[in-house]
Amino acid sequence: MSQLLNLWKRFHSLKADVQVRWKSMSRVQRLSGYVLAVLTLYLAPWWPKIPGIGWLVNTPGTQFSTVLNDQVIIFVLVALGLNVVVGLAGLLDLGYVGFYAVGAYVVGVLTSQHASLPWIVALPIAVLVSMLVGVILGTPTLRLRGDYLAIVTLGFGEIIRISAKNLDWLGASRGISDIGKPPSIGPLKFGVLDPKPYYWLGLTLVFLVVFCLYRLEESRVGRAWTAIREDEDAAELMGVNTFKFKLWAFAIGAAVGGLAGAHYAGKVGFISPDNFPLQLSILFLAAVVLGGSGNMTGAILGGVMVAWLPERFRNFTDKRVLVFGIALVLVMVFRPEGLLPRRVRTKSPMKPASDGQEVAQ
Amino acid sequence: MPDWLIVRTFWDLTVTGLALGSIYALVALGYTLVYGVLRLINFAHSEIFMVGTFSALIASTQFLNIPMLEDGNYPYRTGGTLVLFLVFILFAAMFISGVGAVALERIAYRPLRGNGDAFGAIVLAFLTAFVVGLIFVNETKANLIIACVGTAPISYSYLRFFKRGKKAPRLAFLISAIGASTAIAEAVGIWGPNSREQYQTPRILEKKVLFSALGTDVRVDYVIVIVGALLMMIALTLFVNKTKLGRGVRAVAQDAETARILGVNVDLIIVVTFALGGVMAGGAAMLFTMVYDQSRFNIGFVLGVKSFTAAVLGGIGNLKGALLGGFMLGLVENYGSALFGGQWKDVIAFVVLLLVLMVRPTGILGESLGRARV
Repeated sequence: MSQLLNLWKRFHSLKADVQVRWKSMSRVQRLSGYVLAVLTLYLAPWWPKIPGIGWLVNTPGTQFSTVLNDQVIIFVLVALGLNVVVGLAGLLDLGYVGFYAVGAYVVGVLTSQHASLPWIVALPIAVLVSMLVGVILGTPTLRLRGDYLAIVTLGFGEIIRISAKNLDWLGASRGISDIGKPPSIGPLKFGVLDPKPYYWLGLTLVFLVVFCLYRLEESRVGRAWTAIREDEDAAELMGVNTFKFKLWAFAIGAAVGGLAGAHYAGKVGFISPDNFPLQLSILFLAAVVLGGSGNMTGAILGGVMVAWLPERFRNFTDKRVLVFGIALVLVMVFRPEGLLPRRVRTKSPMKPASDGQEVAQ
Repeated sequence: MPDWLIVRTFWDLTVTGLALGSIYALVALGYTLVYGVLRLINFAHSEIFMVGTFSALIASTQFLNIPMLEDGNYPYRTGGTLVLFLVFILFAAMFISGVGAVALERIAYRPLRGNGDAFGAIVLAFLTAFVVGLIFVNETKANLIIACVGTAPISYSYLRFFKRGKKAPRLAFLISAIGASTAIAEAVGIWGPNSREQYQTPRILEKKVLFSALGTDVRVDYVIVIVGALLMMIALTLFVNKTKLGRGVRAVAQDAETARILGVNVDLIIVVTFALGGVMAGGAAMLFTMVYDQSRFNIGFVLGVKSFTAAVLGGIGNLKGALLGGFMLGLVENYGSALFGGQWKDVIAFVVLLLVLMVRPTGILGESLGRARV
């Protein structure tokens, strides 16, 4: 056991080394590093072909690039959006699948059910409508505190699903089929068979969302969210308009959820109420908290884990949900802040590098 | 004239709604108690209820040898035997659920509170070894052997980890609860009786009409459910308000730190709270199988969500609120589905919750067990 602990410590010192070296690199070197990383991500569909790593990442039973798009990208997008609500603003949302469903259904209605707009036009509308739904839900409910909000949002998710199931206008339980696909750009054809273009599109969306959220997080809005999360009363006393910023968090989270839904609808071409069960909300929340709520990198990691792990271990299909449950408990017991906890800002911003491992714990 | 206005249907709906509401209320008590004391949504409470229904099944088929018969040809019992059997099943379900709830607290919550003990460490170590084994060999017997071998060294290191005594943030408790809930439901789904299919519980109580009032035939099982739930609720209220342990529960709910300083054994009180919630859920489970004759490994989730809604509706942390919320939710669901059609049942329930919370942000009766605000 002590060897394991040593290994862990060595890993941390290695991490600190890498960080120091990264910071001492020149700008060109760092830029090329970023480009290389992004390129590697775009080439992800071919990862299973690499000897060594291939065995680790490959998903038996399902095509790897299908998993990448239908599971990983969707979960990462959703985790990013939910991270704003839960991780940054500290609002417990158990019905996030509702916004995801709204996004998917808006695209479905506009491109197939009642109109035949192209997907690319329906996408911004879907994002806007989800945002609007977030505001409509948030206005009356955000005055509630903590756990009351949780149950109300949970109810909201169910209301959306049941309404979709029972309204003929939304295709009832038959769902909506023949949903419009993204337009082809040059050699990139968004067809039925090849999931790779969808993955590239999705990855681009992820980068876009990460960029926007990063800017928000570092702005006044982000600081207001953190203040609300840490202590709502104190934030209010310090002059933060808590209601306004909570509503913003809700709306932005909803918009990202809607974006994920729209992307999903465009890929699969068919949606039905059964695609949006309440359990999915729970999985989304699990992704955020597992990765580390409040930390965007953590949320992304959590999304990847929750989406990819069950596919990787398809060989014990019948027990993978059980394993997932046990794993959640274990991770929470041993890393209650998530796998990558958010960085806690200490009083002095100038800390010696040797303290890195203490902060990371 | 719409059919819901017909008085007979109205009273029918009232009786069935109250019966369903009693089940909600009993399960809601578990949520309310734990929330009052720990400020935690015990998401896995619904699975404690589910385990209770399975305990009732096993008690009646294995211990009482009641055969499962098809098509209404049930081996009904009468008189003293019936009462004895029902009480036995009730106590079996209550006992297993109570023990389950306490075990759950020690495995999934106590380590997060920063004072995990040997029991939690051993079970967690066993589960770790089991999961790791599962990744390499998917064979239940082999996994069990691997898990048993791995338990001792891993639990030793886990116990050392627990000694660090760090308290986790509140979200971690919720996710741990969700994980435990998933794991329990799946474990029952994989290894439980009748695997993942819906099962019928054997009937020993003939569901005949007890009396007719207001043009409605009231069945005997509905009466038992409502009266049983009320009795259990009265017993619980007496326990919380009159006994020493109950006083401890109220003290910890009001202010855990002060209670600790004044000599209340907070850990013991938390165990008692979970046990009380589990016992109530077990009672609810037995009554549920008696009325609806069925269960399934995933039955807990929806019922748990409804019961939690009931608890919030009445005012979470408030015992009377759980009762009121449960009955109200059962009635609202029944009337609502008669008015708008059964498929809108859940929507109506949540809309009513939303409307109530608009007017009274802490539920109808407010939070009385604990502090008014966090």
